Amino acid sequence: MKIHEYQGKELFRNAGVPVPNGFPAFSVEEAMEAYKKLDTDRVVVKAQIHAGGRGKGGGVKLANGAEEVQKYANDIYGMNLITHQTGPEGKCVQRLLIEEASDIARELYAGIVLDRSSGKFVFMVSSEGGVEIEKVAAETPEKIIKEWIEPNQDLKQFQARKLAFALGLSGVQIKHAVKTFLSLWKVFKSYDCSLMEINPLVVTKSDEVIALDSKINFDDNALFRHKDIQEMRDLSEEEPSEVEADSFNLNYIKLDGNVGCMVNGAGLAMGTMDIIKLYGGEPANFLDVGGVANAETVAHGFKIILSDPNVKSILINIFGGIVRCDRVAQGVIDALTQVEVAIPVVIRLEGTNAIEARDLLKEAEHNFIVANSLADAAEKAVKATGEEN
Amino acid sequence: MSILINNDTKLVVQGITGKEGAFHTKQMVEYGTQIVAGVTPGKGGQKDDNGIPIFNTVENAVTETGANASVIFVPPPFAADACLESIDAGVDLIVCITEGIPTMDMLPVKEALDNSHTRMIGPNCPGIITPGECKIGIMPGFIHKPHGNVGVISRSGTLTYEAVHQLTEQGIGQSTCIGIGGDPIIGTTFIDLLSLFKDDPQTDGVVMIGEIGGSAEEEAAQWMQNNNFDKSVVAFIAGQTAPPGRRMGHAGAIIAGGKGTAADKMESLRNAGIAVCDSPAEIGKTMANSLQSKMTV
Repeated sequence: MKIHEYQGKELFRNAGVPVPNGFPAFSVEEAMEAYKKLDTDRVVVKAQIHAGGRGKGGGVKLANGAEEVQKYANDIYGMNLITHQTGPEGKCVQRLLIEEASDIARELYAGIVLDRSSGKFVFMVSSEGGVEIEKVAAETPEKIIKEWIEPNQDLKQFQARKLAFALGLSGVQIKHAVKTFLSLWKVFKSYDCSLMEINPLVVTKSDEVIALDSKINFDDNALFRHKDIQEMRDLSEEEPSEVEADSFNLNYIKLDGNVGCMVNGAGLAMGTMDIIKLYGGEPANFLDVGGVANAETVAHGFKIILSDPNVKSILINIFGGIVRCDRVAQGVIDALTQVEVAIPVVIRLEGTNAIEARDLLKEAEHNFIVANSLADAAEKAVKATGEEN
Repeated sequence: MSILINNDTKLVVQGITGKEGAFHTKQMVEYGTQIVAGVTPGKGGQKDDNGIPIFNTVENAVTETGANASVIFVPPPFAADACLESIDAGVDLIVCITEGIPTMDMLPVKEALDNSHTRMIGPNCPGIITPGECKIGIMPGFIHKPHGNVGVISRSGTLTYEAVHQLTEQGIGQSTCIGIGGDPIIGTTFIDLLSLFKDDPQTDGVVMIGEIGGSAEEEAAQWMQNNNFDKSVVAFIAGQTAPPGRRMGHAGAIIAGGKGTAADKMESLRNAGIAVCDSPAEIGKTMANSLQSKMTV
């Protein structure tokens, strides 16, 4: 799960990570109120969306005085912000952050990610703040400095000091940086984060080390023990069909293609998407219906897939292990009494009772296209779209 | 022969009285797995529907029955603790089926494993099977062909069944099949198992099923090159069409910061001389061809 910058900064503030004073605003009026409360001339008006690259897209402006705040808040609030992370369709800005401008001396980077190979979290810093860190990692990896955090332990003072010195900080800056790093780790650990990035982390002209941005992802598997974080979820940032699928416990991700797919198991679902592409089609979605492919699950699956008007055919690929294929086939047949499906449905069922399942489908009222193998299914599903791909 | 499990494996089921645990215990017993004990704290002294004795702790179960492997069907909030309990009890092998364990909880488990003789498969996996001998997990037993010469290692569940099914259809039996799990932190990696298969004279070939996220496949490719792994290897990487930055079902299946793409993994494997299938429908056939060409050489 992701949260907005202003929400992340609230977590930072509470944990003792220095951040600029600021307030979220859900309208231009609220933006003006926030400006008055801040009681300073120079403020930054920042679009709050779940994507990076907001500055380049015109979603971050430095404003001097009430008139400019009003102007920029007006411009940014409600704008369709397009960045390299939003995709070409962009995202509508519905929340702003109004915060006091900082006197920046240096822009740095700090981040915490999981290192899968060592099984440890790694705290990373770089002197190359304010730019895309992926680029730094690819072109000048030596400019990223890392400290690994032992399981069940915390980032140590000496590790934070090593990072601070490696960044070329000096004097009181070291003390401030150490405190900031230790507090960032505290937030990361106590909320079960999966990724944290502060880009830029800045050294101010008065030698403070503050988080000018916050990007935080949380481990979905740990959300059960963080009700406060769950409440920060902004559903308007998510694809509506994915939110709906989630409410049915279906794992759905919308894509841009024309062949809808319904599969049991995440790996097989990805494999099915891949083979659709190999046969000249484009997958319209990822959908893992899980272990229980009964009538209700399949009906929900149909509804969600069909909510995408680009879908021209549907491929159902189920490998029945513990779940019997004839039961799945009956589930699909029953689902069609609940949902109207006007486009071709290609079905491939393999595993337990696959032959009985095929017979059931052939006898059914609905005109299913029954496939005998994975390759056959992909070929038929792509052909059934009736489109040149 | 086989790796890790066989007829002699004695299994304890953690969470034997839960819905999943009870269902799959029955399935495993029917397959012929030697289940000697179950554990559900507070139900010690009872027996399950199959007549298997239940203990309060894994330690008791191991001492009383000589169990040397455990399988975990414990809900996510308690599963990491269940792993630690089995490590403490000194079993040789843990198979953790549970999906949805927080990463922060898994790190101490990984560390405890590194400091013990215990090996763990999973979590978030279908388990491990030596066809015809022992099944520890939730995979359908009947799709496997016993006493074969091909091993299977996979990060997936149903896609593994797909691959096994294709092998069986080609008449190729399996030595041991392992689902290593879809989480970012797992107990046993491709490399660990490749090195076991390397020393298994029964295994002539290995099917490797990877997916997007992390760099385990790249590391495996490098390892095979460095260690002159000369058995037939066929690989498939799921997620060639997956968009970056999205978690594709499995907690570990995500392309992050441009890293972990299927294209990178396929290239690494091909550079190591491994037969990589573009299509998941070609796994069985490709292995058949590979074994055939080895035989004629």
